[in-house]
This record gives sequence, C-alpha cells and structure tokens, in this order.
Amino acid sequence: MTDAGCGAVVDDIVITGGTLVDQSGSRRGDVRIRDGRIVEVAESLTVGDERVIDAAGLLVTPGFVDLHTHLREPGMPEAETIESGSRAAALGGYTAVVAMPNTDPTQDSVEVVEWVAARGRAAGWCDVYPSGSITIGRAGRELTPIADLAAVGVRLFTDDGSGVQDDAVMRRALEYAGDLDVRLAQHCEVATLTRGAVMHEGHCCSTLGLPGWPALAEELMVHRDIELVRLTGSSVHLLHLSTARSVELVREAKADGLAVTAEATPHHISLTDERLRGFDAVFKVNPPLRTMADIEAVRDGLIDGTIDAIATDHAPHPRHHKERPLEEAPPGMLGLETALGVARASLECSWEHLVGALSWRPAAIAGVADRHGRPFIAGEPANICVIDPDLQWRVDPAALASRSTNTPFIDIDLTGRVRHTVHDGRVVVADGSAVTR
Amino acid sequence: MTAARRHVRSIDEVGRERIIKLLALTGHMHEINQRPVPKVPALRGRVVCNLFLEDSTRTRLSFDTAAKRLGADTVAFTGSGSSLSKGESLRDTVETVAAMRLDAIVVRHRSAGAPWQIAQWCEAAIVNAGDGRHAHPTQALLDAYTIGRRTGRGADLSGLRVAIVGDIVNSRVARSTTAIASMLGAEVTHVGPSTLLDPRLDVQRCTDLDQIIGDVDVLYMLRMQNERMDAAPVPPGGEYTRRFGLTPERAANIRTDALLMHPGPINHGTEMTVDPSTMPQSAITDQVSYGVAVRMAVLFDLLGTGEMEEES
Repeated sequence: MTDAGCGAVVDDIVITGGTLVDQSGSRRGDVRIRDGRIVEVAESLTVGDERVIDAAGLLVTPGFVDLHTHLREPGMPEAETIESGSRAAALGGYTAVVAMPNTDPTQDSVEVVEWVAARGRAAGWCDVYPSGSITIGRAGRELTPIADLAAVGVRLFTDDGSGVQDDAVMRRALEYAGDLDVRLAQHCEVATLTRGAVMHEGHCCSTLGLPGWPALAEELMVHRDIELVRLTGSSVHLLHLSTARSVELVREAKADGLAVTAEATPHHISLTDERLRGFDAVFKVNPPLRTMADIEAVRDGLIDGTIDAIATDHAPHPRHHKERPLEEAPPGMLGLETALGVARASLECSWEHLVGALSWRPAAIAGVADRHGRPFIAGEPANICVIDPDLQWRVDPAALASRSTNTPFIDIDLTGRVRHTVHDGRVVVADGSAVTR
Repeated sequence: MTAARRHVRSIDEVGRERIIKLLALTGHMHEINQRPVPKVPALRGRVVCNLFLEDSTRTRLSFDTAAKRLGADTVAFTGSGSSLSKGESLRDTVETVAAMRLDAIVVRHRSAGAPWQIAQWCEAAIVNAGDGRHAHPTQALLDAYTIGRRTGRGADLSGLRVAIVGDIVNSRVARSTTAIASMLGAEVTHVGPSTLLDPRLDVQRCTDLDQIIGDVDVLYMLRMQNERMDAAPVPPGGEYTRRFGLTPERAANIRTDALLMHPGPINHGTEMTVDPSTMPQSAITDQVSYGVAVRMAVLFDLLGTGEMEEES
C-alpha cells in the first residue's frame, strides 16, 4: 500500500559524523542516501553537493515503528487527523505507524483501510499502515474479511479499544488468521470486570472513590489468549501490557515456545496511579496507570525481552472531552512525540536494545520488516532517525504537532530527542522541526 | 490563601486544625439557629451558587438555608451530570455559572473529583456537597458535631468505637465520616459483607454485625446505594437485611448510651426495619438540624471576614 517515495521529492543526503545503531550493534559511520535508498555506508564519506546532515555526537538509527497509534480519522478530525498524527510521528522519529481501527467508520473493510492508507501516503510524513479490526464494527461477533484485508496489505488485526470478549470468537479468529500471513493483536480487558472503571484498582483508587480497573481484568485475557495460542498454534500480539502478573504470564508463554509477542507504552513505564490524585483526566488511560511495582516489572520485561516493543498508544482527545468529569472523560494520552524521551528516561539499557524496542522488533511484529528497522547497508530503504541521545528537555503541549494537547508528561524530565527523520529518502524532520514539502 | 484554605473539598485536605475550628464555629451557628429570628447579616452581599448536578433535595435545602441565614444571596443550578455531558463539558457549565461573579460554589456531582476540576476553572471558593463515591465533608462535619455534642466529648472523640454498617465501597459518607472520626481519635470499624467493604481502606473490618453491635458507642447505618450498584453485591430477597439490617432484635442489643445514626434518606425495610424515632439512642434528627449549622460554619469560614461574634 505504501510505495517508496510516492510522489515525494527525494533528497540526495549524506549523514556525517554520527554513530550508527542497528541490529548488528553500534559503530561510527557516514550514510549516503539517493533516490530513497541507502547507497553507501562507510566510516567516512566525501561530500559533494548533497544535503548534509551533521550527526556529530548524535545517534543514527533505523526509523521507529509504532505498533499502536490512534490517528482518529475517519471520524474524529477535531482530535487528530492522519496528517497531524503522522506529522507528530515523524517528529517522534517514527517512519511507520500502525493506525488503530477504532475509527468511525471502523477499519473493518477494504474501502476504509484503503482510504486511511491513501491519506497517509498523501500526507507523506511516514508510512501509515492501517490495522484491520478482528470483528465487524469491533462488536466482537462476526469476523472481518481478514483475507481480503490482508490482500490489500493489512498485517495486524485488532479490536483495540476493547478486547474480543467471547472466547469462541477469539478462538475462531486465531484459527482463521493462522492460515494467513497476518497477526492478531489483543487489547486485554475483560469488560465485565471494568464497567465504568476510571483508574487502577488499588489504594489510591479506594481513597479517591473512583471506580477501579483491576489488574486481574487484563491478566485473565492475557492468560486466555496465551492458552488459545497454545491450542490453535496461531500467534498473538498483546497490546499495552500494564501489570506485573501479565509480564510474568508472557515470560512463561515465551519459555514454552509459544508465538506470543507483547508491547508496553511509555506511560506504563513512567507514571503511577498516584497521578490521578489531582483528578486531572489527562491521566485517565486504558489500561490505567498502575503501581510502582507494576512499572518496575514492565521495565524489567522490556529489558529482558519478554516485552518485545515500546508502542505509544498515542490517543488524542480534544480538550473539552478531557474536561469532562473523570467518570465520563475518554481514556487516552498523546505519546508519539515523547516516546523516545520517556523511554530513555525510564529504562536502563543499551541504545541498541532501546532502539530495537522502538524499531526493528515492532517492525517484525507489524509485518513491515522489509521496509523498516533495516540495517545500515547499501540498497536498504532510507527510513532513518537521528537522535541527540543526552538532550534533557521538557514537553510544551502547545508546541506539539498533534491537534490535541493531552500529554501527561508535562512535568517530567525527558532524555534524548529526535533531531532529524528521513522517510523514504526525504528529510521530513530537520533540527526538530517538520519540513513542509 | 492556600487552596486548602479557600475550599472545603475533603476532610483530609481541610486538616485537623481547621476541622476543630469549624466544629467550634458550628456551635455558635447552632446557637444562632435557636434564636427567635435565626438570621445574621454576616455574609450580606455575598453570592453562593448551589450547583447540584446530581439529584439531592436534603443537602441542597440545607445549604440554601445555611446561606440565607447568614444573609448571603443564593442562586441555584441543577441538572443531571449525564445530560450535561452530552454536549457541554463540565468546564463550559462552570464558566457559564462563574460569569455571574460568585463567591462560592457548592457542588454536588455524580463523578468523583468534580470539585477539584471546577476549582481550576473559576475563582470561587468550592464546597464539596458530595462527589461520586469520593467525599462528603459537610456530612462528616455534621456527624462529628452530632457525636461530640451528644456524648459531651466536643471535638475529642478518642477511644469512641464507631461502627459504620453497609455499602462502604460505594459511599462517600463512609469515606468522609471515617476520615473525620479517625482524625478526632475514634476507632472506626466498617461492617458489611466483603462485597461491600474495601480492603484497601485503612480501618478495621467486620463481617458480622451481631459480633460487635453490643460494644459500639456509635452505630452508623448507611443507606443501601441501590443506584450505584452494578454487579449485585448481595443476593436478592432480603438476605442483606437479615445479616446487616437493624431489626428490632438487633436494636435491643444496642447499648442504652450508644448513638444510632444514619445519613438519610432511610431505605425503610432494607437497612432498618425498626422505626428509629422510637429509639432513645437515635441521633438522626440531630444530624439533620446540625447540618444547617455546619454548613453555616463552612460558608462563614470561607466567605466571612473577622470574628463571628462581631458579625452577629
């Protein structure tokens, strides 16, 4: 669905003086880019009349891949558009995003996913890969035309926003998808345990009198889906894991050799449920912010590889929706432009490991590893991100590309910031600013 | 002024020192209420808005009476939170109301935290008249005042055994009254089936009312909050009343010097099958009458200038 350089003016570029980080490790290197591809990689390249990106002191990495982006179009353009959301992605270092299907109409037909993909191409900030829903209208009953959707390029299927509640429906979906080159992804939440829930069911929730979202509601579905994978031999990707026990269940499943992958969000490794004490709905998110013990377990899962990827669950909401009472405000937080800075500040691991969790590991889960998360070798597509690794910064909500401002990270120090993003050989972000064609 | 001084939103936020001051002030207000003309001009020219976005008759009437007895003007804005949410954010509502240049907003809302959200969007002092399952500080103040006055203990409730019986988990009254009673030294026990208790609240719990009913100094029966129950926490068919209701048999076991309390309105036949007006231990009508005095004290504390004696 996404053609390299589709209509875009590509640049001849040399990235000089940086440290290259890819699956083979880190090394000094210059990168020459022409016609959307890497054409030369060497310790030192001569520069002609190409555009030069000076990466001295910076890291040069494959572009990031977000497995979990809500672009809100079609249906809620006041919150975000495909253009504004994919621009936010590029500013965050992403060269590909998987667009979640809980749009209006739902991404459950060839017509809708092709519309989303076309809008993504027209915007040109990064590759926009629409996911498909598992069930029609995300209603949890009838399967979508998974094969037809796969034929037009959909690789990830999910009812995200809610989980597939019916055990038999999920079993059938896994069996059916197992015949095709696609992956199902689950929003793990047993809905009968979370009716009206606002925040993590714990001490803070008890004192605030807000309806609780118990960890068990996630863990039961994680457990069910792992057992369904064991039964069907299919594969599943578990979205936004938030509890210590979920991490443990996935660790056991992987030890058993099951085809289970998982992601965690930046906010679930950085913010606790205590943030709700001020009753600010910006901190309402699904699954909810949990305890420090959960944060540490999710961090450990990311570091030891139990959790494969960092995914943003970027979920824009207009200000007046977040200014409703807590119990009525929609859940969700912005994440694309802050993911790197939050992840770096929250995880003690090597840059190779961190970039892997942002780039090549999610690229493989999304089924886009032919174009993203690629090594620095001549002939590869030029989807690249340049990072200032040590820059300390704080986010200014008003300066975000997103149409919404519901970022929860306004008062924490972030570490590391994206300076430049190259998508399909074109500089889409330069010196931290989006480059308009 | 600090946020805590400007508002009365939860017992913990108000703090012990100011709680004791408010209880003392309630005594003065109660005295005013006993006069032939129970009215003083202490808040003349002040405007108090009763913003009740959840059904309430008693609490709204109590606040309205309190404001008028202090000479304040009152305006009322009522509606149901859910119908407002369709098109209008809470902020829109508050900004509309606040445009009338109000000194205080008394807010009741079905969602916890609404008084904190509102305080961000206007300059008025905020009084929480009940937010979701979270807090109901003026109810807690009137409960503490009632206990202190009836037992002659004033603001020192140390050693008193208080049992709160019923739907703890869904009750803002339970949370706030537990907070104030504990703050003033009482030993609070929550009583009910485990489905209605909250294991994460820092108090003793008991699942057998008969085990403790003869020992308590205060028996506080909660209203069964049928409107807030989603997944049937007790079996249908009267089992709750048989296990935790105040039946005539149980009422006979209450100590003669104990107090029986209830925040009202009573679900007769559910949490009580006795008529409390026949019981000398009942302090339920005191709770209602002290409620006005407490709300006068809160409004005066927030909006008054100088000492009460000079004002009156």
